[in-house]
Amino acid sequence: MLTRENTVNLVLALLLLVAPLAANAFGQPFYVTLATRIAILALAALGLNLALGLGGLVSFGHAAFFGIGGYAAGILSSHALSYEPMIFGLPGTVQMPVIWIVAVVASGLVALAIGAISLRTSGVYFIMITLAFAQMVYYFAISWPAYGGEDGLSIMVRNQFPGANTMKPLSFFLVCYLVLLAGIGLFALIRASRFGAALQAARQNETRVATVGIHPYRIRLTGFVISAMITALAGALYADLNRFVSPSMLSWHMSGELIVLIILGGTGRLFGPLAGAALYVAFEFALGGLTERWQFFLGLILLGVVLFARGGLLGLLAGKAKHG
Amino acid sequence: MTIALALEQLLNGIQLGVMLFLMAAGLTLIFGVMGLINLAHGSLYMVGAFACATVAAWTGSFWLGLIASLACAAAAGAIVELAVIRRLYDRDHLDQVLATFALILIFSEGTRWLFGDFPLYLDIPPLLQGIVNLPGDASYPVYRLAIIAVGALIALGLYLLIGKTRLGMRIRAGESDREMIGALGVDIRTLYTLVFALGSALAGLAGALVGALQSVQVGMGEPVLILAFVVIVIGGIGSIKGALYGALLVGVTDTLGRFLLPQLLALFVDPSQAGMIGGAMASMLIYVVMAVILAVKPRGLFPPAHA
Repeated sequence: MLTRENTVNLVLALLLLVAPLAANAFGQPFYVTLATRIAILALAALGLNLALGLGGLVSFGHAAFFGIGGYAAGILSSHALSYEPMIFGLPGTVQMPVIWIVAVVASGLVALAIGAISLRTSGVYFIMITLAFAQMVYYFAISWPAYGGEDGLSIMVRNQFPGANTMKPLSFFLVCYLVLLAGIGLFALIRASRFGAALQAARQNETRVATVGIHPYRIRLTGFVISAMITALAGALYADLNRFVSPSMLSWHMSGELIVLIILGGTGRLFGPLAGAALYVAFEFALGGLTERWQFFLGLILLGVVLFARGGLLGLLAGKAKHG
Repeated sequence: MTIALALEQLLNGIQLGVMLFLMAAGLTLIFGVMGLINLAHGSLYMVGAFACATVAAWTGSFWLGLIASLACAAAAGAIVELAVIRRLYDRDHLDQVLATFALILIFSEGTRWLFGDFPLYLDIPPLLQGIVNLPGDASYPVYRLAIIAVGALIALGLYLLIGKTRLGMRIRAGESDREMIGALGVDIRTLYTLVFALGSALAGLAGALVGALQSVQVGMGEPVLILAFVVIVIGGIGSIKGALYGALLVGVTDTLGRFLLPQLLALFVDPSQAGMIGGAMASMLIYVVMAVILAVKPRGLFPPAHA
């Protein structure tokens, strides 16, 4: 059905595809990289949106999963290039699909542990505990020297995807773009599923959900883990984009930025993260070109959005969300 | 390992705990009274440190700097409360997190604009330089002991302020039922501004005191802020008593963990490995402690009776 929101979504998706194609045709690979950054950040925020937008779980620690995904890419490829086996004698790899699976499984396990403890609490406690756990992972990465510690880890050659030359900006963009579309599709499926309905209901009224015989804790934990997995996948791509992974991917600024992306775009909306990521990267690019101190103005804009324009960009373009 | 070294480390832990208490007390007071989660508390810590360093450099007096840090942080807090924070009391926590995250960006970049990228330095005042000898051949810097003393005085002062004065009575009443005390004729908006300014002043004081131990730079408030969050989550959000015990627990655990864990591990593996693994484990220790406490008591050690 072509509602106003669907039209806006379609335009956004097409713009993100056409712009880099055009940039590539005109020999401007820099803009292709910019679009890749948008796609990856949108995917990361999409993951968080599952927990935050649908489940109402304000996780201030999703940088942990983003970073775990990044380190999965960095560690596996560094072992593959040095031919040193990892623990249990397993070899490293430069194949993206394998890296993605490792990133998703590793972050899922960590999210299960963090979520199991954090979801016993709610509200402000949940915000702060997820933050604290992410800091724990952050400090671990800083003080563990095997993989670069504070200096981070370079990925010498971008990892490979079967049938694509990922060293070409446009090919790598297309890989990221397709993963993003798959992510958006998954999000839409989950939102429309029975599980998605329960997750949203648990946000709206926990008591009623419990009354009809659904355990809110288990629903939330499942949602939290899936959310972390998607964000970790984005992290693996992000590490490949920069060919570098460092503890800054795990820092609490990153967690904050992911939330910012969602709010800029519109909380709980299917294309909110993409709209937010596009807006954020555009700000960064436009303001960053004008002044070194662009974060000052980003702060002002963000403050304005939170105080006066709560629907975000999609709220502005496509009207209010149909159902809260 | 000698007793003297252990004693010094223990005092370092208490000193860190006292600093965390100054931060956590403000955070927990603001949350208890206004129900607001304030990420920008670390920025007020930074404001205090910069004010102290600047005024101390102008006048040559650390003490004037200290007064300036209290005044500037309280003023910055009051302005922020009037301009932004008071619009957030009725919003959900997500909006509060975002708006105060935005404030961090504004404060950090604004400070960088004013003072440049290079850190400032703040000297320990002559009166508090030097070391004292402690029993068992230990010695300890006077300045760090003074910080511990200041923290103890502030804790006592807060206890008296909240428990024994008219203002404290209003603050406690505001925690229990904000509509009711508004109906009883207390000017609740001014009360909130006051509480926010008080919390800010404590953060500014902490920043100024630590500024003489470390360098004064943008972003200095953030690690402390997150530790202060751990403190109030452990202590029970809204409880000043919880903040005190939580701060000391976190300060001592963190410091002793960094000191003891590598040595403990050295008994089992070779020293270089022990240093590496022990260091990494020690940096995670307080979060493990927090996780254990929350697994047992999800609302912290001293949850406030209401809410």
